[in-house]
Amino acid sequence: MNVLSQAWGWLTTAANWHGSDGIPTRFLQHFEYSVEAVLIGALIAFPLGLLTGHVKRGGLLVTSLANVARALPTLGLVVLLVVVMGVKFRAVMIPLVALTVPPILLNTYEGVRNVDPQLTDAAKGMGLRPWQVLWRAEVPAALPLILTGFQFAAVNAVANTAIAAYSSFGGLGRFVIDGLATTDYGMVAGGAILIVIAAILNLVFFAVLRKLLVSPGLRQKKQTV
Amino acid sequence: MSKTSSTLLSTTAAATALAAATLAITACTSGNPLVPGPKKGQVTVGSANFPENVLLADIYASALKAKGVKVGVRFNVGSREVLYQQVQQGSLTVLPEYNGALLAYLDSKTRAATTADINAELRAKLPAKLEILDSSPAEDKNALVVTAATAAKDHLASIADLAPYAPSMSIGGPPEFKERYQGLPGLKDKYGLTFKSFASLDTAGPITVKALADGSVQVATLFTTDPNITSRGFKVLTDPEQVFTAQNVTPLAYRDSMTPVAVATLNEVSAKLDTAALAGMMAQVMNQKRDIDVVADDWLKAAKLR
Amino acid sequence: MRSAGLFPHIPSYLGTYGSLIQQQLTMALLSVLFGLILAMPVALLCVRFPKIYAPVVGLLTVIYSLPSIALFVLLVPSTGLTQTTVIIPLSFYSLAALVPNIVEGVRGIPEDVRLAAVAMGYTGARRLIAVDLPLAVPPIMAGLRVATVGNVSMVSVGTVIGVGAFGALFTAAAQLSRSDLAITGIVVIVALALACDLLLVVTQRLLTPWNKRRSA
Repeated sequence: MNVLSQAWGWLTTAANWHGSDGIPTRFLQHFEYSVEAVLIGALIAFPLGLLTGHVKRGGLLVTSLANVARALPTLGLVVLLVVVMGVKFRAVMIPLVALTVPPILLNTYEGVRNVDPQLTDAAKGMGLRPWQVLWRAEVPAALPLILTGFQFAAVNAVANTAIAAYSSFGGLGRFVIDGLATTDYGMVAGGAILIVIAAILNLVFFAVLRKLLVSPGLRQKKQTV
Repeated sequence: MSKTSSTLLSTTAAATALAAATLAITACTSGNPLVPGPKKGQVTVGSANFPENVLLADIYASALKAKGVKVGVRFNVGSREVLYQQVQQGSLTVLPEYNGALLAYLDSKTRAATTADINAELRAKLPAKLEILDSSPAEDKNALVVTAATAAKDHLASIADLAPYAPSMSIGGPPEFKERYQGLPGLKDKYGLTFKSFASLDTAGPITVKALADGSVQVATLFTTDPNITSRGFKVLTDPEQVFTAQNVTPLAYRDSMTPVAVATLNEVSAKLDTAALAGMMAQVMNQKRDIDVVADDWLKAAKLR
Repeated sequence: MRSAGLFPHIPSYLGTYGSLIQQQLTMALLSVLFGLILAMPVALLCVRFPKIYAPVVGLLTVIYSLPSIALFVLLVPSTGLTQTTVIIPLSFYSLAALVPNIVEGVRGIPEDVRLAAVAMGYTGARRLIAVDLPLAVPPIMAGLRVATVGNVSMVSVGTVIGVGAFGALFTAAAQLSRSDLAITGIVVIVALALACDLLLVVTQRLLTPWNKRRSA
């Protein structure tokens, strides 16, 4: 019996959809951790990115930070914080946010910094003050790259929340860890499929967001980071 | 086609392709796994993912090395469920096991409770490729533990006393505790206990200890050699129905990889190990933060096994 | 027993610095290599047949979103508790990072350069190898850097199946409540990743001496 049919068996067992360790509860936990990580990360990184991009300073720091963040092992961070402060919400949030800040910061910085100077000149020429130039010209122009940054951050958050299950946190990663411990590969595969679904929902969300927010004149090729 | 729907379409197509590819891969590889069997000429000592087992595995490995046996080690492999598959294939050839828990894993219906009975049943039920060596007098049993405060408040002395309170209590343990007979199923069967919820923590480690201490769970499963029990004043509930049976430290071995020297060495280790020594070593590791290999080495030297 | 040198002591049952570094780099770099080997033909097919690029990117985005922890566990029944189990998913992640960069790199070659090459007699595969790829080195290198740094870090997740190189320090740290082991693991992994990154930057400078502009 291969893994996919075991996963199907697990996913279609009604009991797995109820209770405090059922699929809906875990999905909600996963959603909660990931969304909060992105929101808090954005709160820190978005203004910083706007500032550094607008004044076109601090690029080296921003890119170095992004590089170091990619090198940080999520598992290590979560374990460290749990050892230091116990299984608390803060202990998982700190690493998650540490890993959502860099993509948002980097892409916001790059996006705003690389806006066509003619556009900002035109805006200044129209009499807009610096923060208005930023908000009404630079940000809309940088929006595709900014949104990609948020998307990367969200992808990271979903994946890292799964890893946090190693230190007994909730979320869909629980099915992977618990399934491994009991060699219930139906649970592991089912959990993995659910995490993939969460990731796909994430991508769809950003595709819709992109369609809604990005001005039609800017529907350019997506840029890779 | 609009950008959103083309993204959606390609994502769906991609996911379908991925599912198909995974199906193909798993279909091709289900059956004989590609893992290598036993490594010739060496003993591969494995351990489960908790410190005491790592300690025991390190003791075995060092003792074998001292007698000139070629040894490989794989520590922190995982739970018994994972380990057993590995030793069946011979990818691991010696594991420090606990006879009662091993028997319950092989046969959840067993009611053997003494060392002699358990070992007799093990010898009968293990597959031909595997064998158990001599059991050690050293035991480390699973136990249900509550805080001193809870014990006083609810007048708890034995597991049976939990019956009226269990439905409003959270119990914590490693993920496998939910499924094993020496876990929730056995507690339900022999004591009629149904708990409000089960929290998947770690294998009787710091996370479980903290969860019990701060009240996230009201009952937890720890090991009897855990120094936290004494240092935090936890109360071990007695187990009159013997859901948690005798647990002598017993090497589980892959028969073909064991030379007479290896067998004799491990039997000597088992004979010299006792519960007090094991508990003492765990206190050094957990409380004094001494490295596991150093603690193991000290004991082996004192016992003249190295 | 504290080690005499600069570096914090790792309990010997977890391994030595040397053996752990070797394992971490072997798994990470082999994965990048396999990812690159797979990415080349895929990317070049996308350049040749632009219509397949969007669905390929879609597939790669999904692959990149797969949780590494789940993939390692799922491969255990097939490839066992071995380095192979870690290398396979990491290779696919590398693939996902490299294909878009190779495609954009080749596509990004200025038209006049391409025409000049054709005029000089470079056609087909020869042009691809002698002209297009060397010019696409900066974006390809950017992709390699992202893949390498990410892989060096992600190898540590393999500790959930007992194959995590320095990740083993995290498991030990959690079991023994020892933050010192976690910190050592984090610092070493970051240092290793950044060292590999530096090596790639130096390699890029050597490969593209004509590129005066510093890449970010």
